[in-house]
Amino acid sequence: MRQHISSAAVDETLALGRSGARSDLFGPLRGYLRQVANLLWKDLVIELRTRDAVASMLVFGILSLTVFNFAFELRADSVLLVAPGVLWVAILFAGTLGLGRSYSHERDRGSLEGLMLCPVDRSAIYVGKFLANLVYIGLSELVLVPVFASFFDVPVLNPGVIAIIALGTVGFAAVGTVFGAMAVNTRAREVMLPILLLPVLVPLIIASVKATGLLIDGEPWSQTWAWVNLLVAFDVVYLVASFLLYEYVLEDWG
Amino acid sequence: MTVATGLLAVEARDIGRRFGRTTALRGVNLDVAPGERLAIFGPNGSGKTTLLRVLAGLTRPTKGSVSIGGLDYRRHELELRRRVGVVAHHPYLYEDLTAEENLQFYGRMFGVEQPKRRVDEVLDMVGMERRRRDRVRTLSRGMQQRLALARAVIHDPDVLLLDEPDTGLDQEAVAQMGDLFLKGGGSRTVLLATHDLRVGMQSCARFAILVNGRIVHEGQQADQSLSDLEELYRSHASAY
Amino acid sequence: MSLAEPAVIRQPGRRYGLGRLDMLGLVAFTLLAVTIGMALAYAPRELIQGEPQRIFYVHLPMALVAYLAFAIVFVGGILYLWKRRPVFDIVARSAAEIGIFFTTLVIISGGLWGRATWGTFWQWEPRLTFTFILWLIFVAYLMLRQAAQDRDRSARFASVLGIIGFLDVPLIFFAVYLWRGLHPEPAGMPQQMAITLFVGFAAFIALFAYLLIHRVSWDLKRERVEDLYFALEERESTT
Repeated sequence: MRQHISSAAVDETLALGRSGARSDLFGPLRGYLRQVANLLWKDLVIELRTRDAVASMLVFGILSLTVFNFAFELRADSVLLVAPGVLWVAILFAGTLGLGRSYSHERDRGSLEGLMLCPVDRSAIYVGKFLANLVYIGLSELVLVPVFASFFDVPVLNPGVIAIIALGTVGFAAVGTVFGAMAVNTRAREVMLPILLLPVLVPLIIASVKATGLLIDGEPWSQTWAWVNLLVAFDVVYLVASFLLYEYVLEDWG
Repeated sequence: MTVATGLLAVEARDIGRRFGRTTALRGVNLDVAPGERLAIFGPNGSGKTTLLRVLAGLTRPTKGSVSIGGLDYRRHELELRRRVGVVAHHPYLYEDLTAEENLQFYGRMFGVEQPKRRVDEVLDMVGMERRRRDRVRTLSRGMQQRLALARAVIHDPDVLLLDEPDTGLDQEAVAQMGDLFLKGGGSRTVLLATHDLRVGMQSCARFAILVNGRIVHEGQQADQSLSDLEELYRSHASAY
Repeated sequence: MSLAEPAVIRQPGRRYGLGRLDMLGLVAFTLLAVTIGMALAYAPRELIQGEPQRIFYVHLPMALVAYLAFAIVFVGGILYLWKRRPVFDIVARSAAEIGIFFTTLVIISGGLWGRATWGTFWQWEPRLTFTFILWLIFVAYLMLRQAAQDRDRSARFASVLGIIGFLDVPLIFFAVYLWRGLHPEPAGMPQQMAITLFVGFAAFIALFAYLLIHRVSWDLKRERVEDLYFALEERESTT
């Protein structure tokens, strides 16, 4: 027997939650997290079966690294000088491509619209997408970074550098998830995303490259402190901002 | 629907929707009682899809208000979405997931109790039991739409909105769908947008004709023969 | 329709004589002329750089105006998303267009200044780099507006981008200045220079305000006309 509550009762229940009735407080949070987990599961299963985003990122990333290797080796005396930049450019370009593709598919198949019909907070859709994109880029990095290390003979596989890469990737995915949703809804789809993303990411790029460079050169962690602070600030600001703004991008989707 | 008696299932007041310079809807008023079935007829471009999207909460109206079961999207969005089910041109299914997985996903999103059992129930209802482990990509359009119906009712909504669900289906599939809608509709309130007068009259007791964004006629199926309706429809549609 | 109407279109019968906006324009251009005059004649000659330094009196105020424009884009974006009144979006867009114009001038004047003092048009020094990134964000903003498929989407997306872009400003600032290891030293300024600079600020802020109000009211009038056309079409289709 379906139980239904009148409008007044709904308002009452919501008011109860706000006044701090304990049992109501964690219920909604658990429900929210469950929905995020559900969304993440969906994206990961689909990616597992199609291998679409990760494959394109990997191929493009490796191609980029290859081209850079030829482009720089011919003139640079010390490849170590350009190495951090090369790594990050490869990650950014590959990542941007992957983000674009994953949204392209959603749009063409109308699946995001189906989500709009569900009783799910738009910010939960953001968190689910963000985490999924984080996983895709992270998986690509698992391959790209070692490949980079061997191509350029650079000692990147140390915990410090990995931490920087992680921080940078978080900021990248945070902003990329929002911009990807916008770009895919415009006339110039593929071109729009890098145009939006790259200028805004400049602080992240500078901080990541500098910090990576310092650590590769063997400087102690303390030297990178300013850059790490900047990275963390970037990540926090944009995780929060994107979380709040995503719903405005999703409005009237379709 | 066990809400306060006298409360309308769907109440639309003076709905207007503009897209830049084009107006899709003008001053649409609609009252649908719980359990009623309303067919909305109209030619292409009349605004049927826009109207249903407004009722489904996918689009904000530029003017007017919508209230479903006494609740509106602005203040009670989440609760309202639990009560509305939509079948549209697009099945809203993930092609790379199986039929079963799609339903599980949506079941969880809607917070359905005992999701596993419910998935079995709806699969059975639309006759997709045998294909449950097949990826949606491998299903025909007719089967996808059946699955879409399962998706739309999995959370047992009070109101079911159908936007030309038989698009792209052949004769046989359309007939099948017709039966299914009657079954799937159950005691729910159903709004069916279609340009197929026969199907509309078969399944719905009430109808409205939407032309150029405006409701130009409303009537009861019992008071109208199909041929009369066709005449009426043609005259309204050609005026526009 | 609840669009805020600035003074200039609340005077339907006005035909001759100067309206308030025109007065503002007059003031702005006068101040601009005064600034240039002061920059060339009144302000003292700078010891190290010499004559080229005089670009500063125009360059710095324009930079201020560019950042002010960005701030208006930010606030306009927030207000639009919150209240959904078209006027907020119109103000944001106008501010962005004027902002990018001034930012371009800042970069060009900075380049000319650099050419005269260092010998090169471009240097990756903090101020220029910072301004350049801002310019890129403005470009992205305007391109996004163009590429979005309908009015409402264009306004919403632009608002989101405006907010995200503005939040970036302090981050870009720190990143760029840390990168080049320079912090701008506030040098003590002789009084004549300070006065000239002050007049410069006044001139460019007045100019910015004039251009902004002009642009916004033009846009509002255009919207008004479109709405009238629209209402007319509506009337015709129902009869």
